[in-house]
Amino acid sequence: MKFPVDRDTRRRWFDFIMSGATLLCVALALLPLGSILFEALVRGAPALTPTFLTQSSLMGGIANAIQGTVVLIGLTALVALPVGILTGIYLSEYGKNRLGGIVRLFVDVMTQTPSIVVGIFAYSFIFELSLLGFFPPPLVFSVISAVIALATIMIPIVARTSEEAMRLVPTSAREAALALGIPRYRAILRVVLPSCASALVTGALLGIARVGGETAPLIMTAAWNNDFFNGLNQPIAALPTQVYRFAVSPSLAENRAAWGASLILVLLMLSISIASRAVIRMRAVRR
Amino acid sequence: MHVFQTLRGRTRARLRATPRDLVFEGLSAFTALSVVGLLVLITVILYLAAAESIRTYGFGFLSGSVWDSVSQRFGAAPFIYGMLVTSALALLLGVPVSLGIAIFLSELSPPWLRIPLTFIVELLAAVPSVVYGLWGIFVLGPAMRVYIEPGVQAVLGFLPPFQGHPIGSDVFTAGVILAIMIIPTISAVSREALLAVPDSQREAALSLGATRWETTRLGVLRYARAGIFGAAILGLGRAVGETMAVTMTIGNRAAFFGSLFEPGQTIASQIASRWLDAVPPLELGALIQLGLVLMLVSLFINLFARLMVGRFLRVGEGAE
Amino acid sequence: MSAKVHVDKISAWYGPKLAIQDISLDFEEHSVSGIIGPSGCGKSTLIRCLNRMHETIPKARVEGQVLLDGQDIYGQPAVSVRRRIGMVFQKPNPFPTMSIYDNVAAGLRLNGVRERKKLDQAVLESLKQAALWDEVKDSLDKSGASLSGGQQQRLCIARALAVKPEVLLMDEPCSALDPIATAKIEDLIFDLKKDYTLVIVTHNMQQAARVAETTAFMYLGKLIEVGRTRELFERPGETLTESYITGRFG
Repeated sequence: MKFPVDRDTRRRWFDFIMSGATLLCVALALLPLGSILFEALVRGAPALTPTFLTQSSLMGGIANAIQGTVVLIGLTALVALPVGILTGIYLSEYGKNRLGGIVRLFVDVMTQTPSIVVGIFAYSFIFELSLLGFFPPPLVFSVISAVIALATIMIPIVARTSEEAMRLVPTSAREAALALGIPRYRAILRVVLPSCASALVTGALLGIARVGGETAPLIMTAAWNNDFFNGLNQPIAALPTQVYRFAVSPSLAENRAAWGASLILVLLMLSISIASRAVIRMRAVRR
Repeated sequence: MHVFQTLRGRTRARLRATPRDLVFEGLSAFTALSVVGLLVLITVILYLAAAESIRTYGFGFLSGSVWDSVSQRFGAAPFIYGMLVTSALALLLGVPVSLGIAIFLSELSPPWLRIPLTFIVELLAAVPSVVYGLWGIFVLGPAMRVYIEPGVQAVLGFLPPFQGHPIGSDVFTAGVILAIMIIPTISAVSREALLAVPDSQREAALSLGATRWETTRLGVLRYARAGIFGAAILGLGRAVGETMAVTMTIGNRAAFFGSLFEPGQTIASQIASRWLDAVPPLELGALIQLGLVLMLVSLFINLFARLMVGRFLRVGEGAE
Repeated sequence: MSAKVHVDKISAWYGPKLAIQDISLDFEEHSVSGIIGPSGCGKSTLIRCLNRMHETIPKARVEGQVLLDGQDIYGQPAVSVRRRIGMVFQKPNPFPTMSIYDNVAAGLRLNGVRERKKLDQAVLESLKQAALWDEVKDSLDKSGASLSGGQQQRLCIARALAVKPEVLLMDEPCSALDPIATAKIEDLIFDLKKDYTLVIVTHNMQQAARVAETTAFMYLGKLIEVGRTRELFERPGETLTESYITGRFG
């Protein structure tokens, strides 16, 4: 059967065009990324004066926001890492049954819950408890409230990444430990966890990067504090909320400052992302 | 650890759980169950907090088309509409681009380019939503208003969704930003689906004389279509929950819109913009009721996606 | 009579590793040729050089010529070559998301055939040639993956035949199949040779003895001996050939 040459040439051209189209798609995705990084650098760098970085909002700086983000991340990690890792241990070591399946499902649902809903939860939780007299109502806008929200976001992430990390440890490692007479819990703590330590760290960093950039829940729980951290029951500043406040402000100067704050935020997030990948690569090289 | 169950007799007796083992297992189980309890708590608290509003507005809440703090009449319909339109736009723009990226990375890219390019695309997910919003207000928005929207209007202006005066702070801009934000999710999951296609399928198409694109279409895309569909649904799930970038670019008008070049509002952006100014006694409860709706929508979408994608679920993307 | 396919000093590499070296042989029109040899001898590599599939593997390389009707296939677009030289693989690989009908029609549709009547006709002919028509004629819209292994392989044969190639390459087509399915395909091969030129790679010497008129023996990437099957098996010229045939290795 003879086919006209035209069609073949047409097919070749179409193939070429489609290959170009996929390349175009890649460019379309990189364009916004490049633009964001570029604008953040170009518009943000000039705003990063020493005053800006060391003074609180009372003086027009963002030092309290930086401190606030660090405080919030630290406290959240304090709560979320143990809970998340323990849950991950349960899922990986004890959870190969129906109950484990249910837990896994719930944890997955939680990872996909919109963070603004989590913010509403933290606020309402404190509010309802304050109605019962446990707390004074203003606690809805406090560090505690914010940490409840952020931890709720971080725990499922750490749980899943920890479970996946521990799953990578071969069964033979556990068998060897048991055969030596080591009790199961020790085998987990002293053999399994250390051998996937870098994957655990990556998961933790992933969770931290995620909550470090959260804004919506913070607007509704941490609210705002023009001063530095002054109590767990007080509102607190944070970089994401700072960016938001500056961005929607009518003041042009503050709009410019928004870029400065976001530059710091993006650098923070990027360095955590890069750090977690470096950890993965270190582990791969060591193997 | 099923290993434990395979050990027999004396070995098992020697390795019987010590009291500390039981404590540890109990502790980790307790922690895991309390995480389950946390989700239950979230649902319960949300329902309690919205109870009064639910009593007042009932199911009519979903169809009510007015959000008036003064008369305390609240309805979710404009925001459900806004959510649907922005998500549809995000998928319309985001899925083809993500698929193109996935195809490029899995079928066409030279090997040395693969890892760095994948990394860079994933960086899109590392940018916080509020920074997207900032960029949206001061970079994308003006570009949309001055160049892109008039351009689109020149071509498609005969259709109602593209009429009216472009303002930049509108539904279209929000949709574009959402599309950008869901690209990492959809392209990563699609790429895994494409990589899972066995080479024998590609060979089958090639041996029939198919060009590279035809091989991809016939042998790869068709085979992976369930996974790709699931990827799109996962992207949708992320899109409906996005708050900050949308709030900052959509124009925040709590009403229906006829054209994409008008301002609008999604569920998430309405909650974010009204939360601190909510007028008592009922507006806060109504906002929480909105949050409940959002949670249910997101839950439904993600359960559906799990059916399609299963083990390709990604964790940890999307800060807002 | 010049050969339908003339292989001229073909060598092929996987990256730096040389897989086959300086292979030259002829395949006569309307004949069945077998290629035998122990695992790793390069027979699959060779056959994949005949329809330019080898080069689709990353970092793979081919040198030499393969003349189809006197013209080097490495000087023409690969896409056109593969239409004239079809291939059936070791493990049946029908498109699982397509129906039986669509599987067979796939190659035709790629080449722009759209008319329903033409497609119907071609699908009928190909499935008949592949001895599958009677078994599937009432269920053409069922998925290609719903058939048994032997049926799937015949489906793949029908799919390859539908574009009316001149040469059909078969890379160990029966190794994933049971004896009954194998027998059906061997009968099929016998029928096909009136219309096509067939080249079959097989690790099963008895199969080569049954179906091939000419057989080539390869070892460690080199062509050791080629000749009429009967003579190769009864009076092999090379000691290596004799050792393989008598089972001393491989």
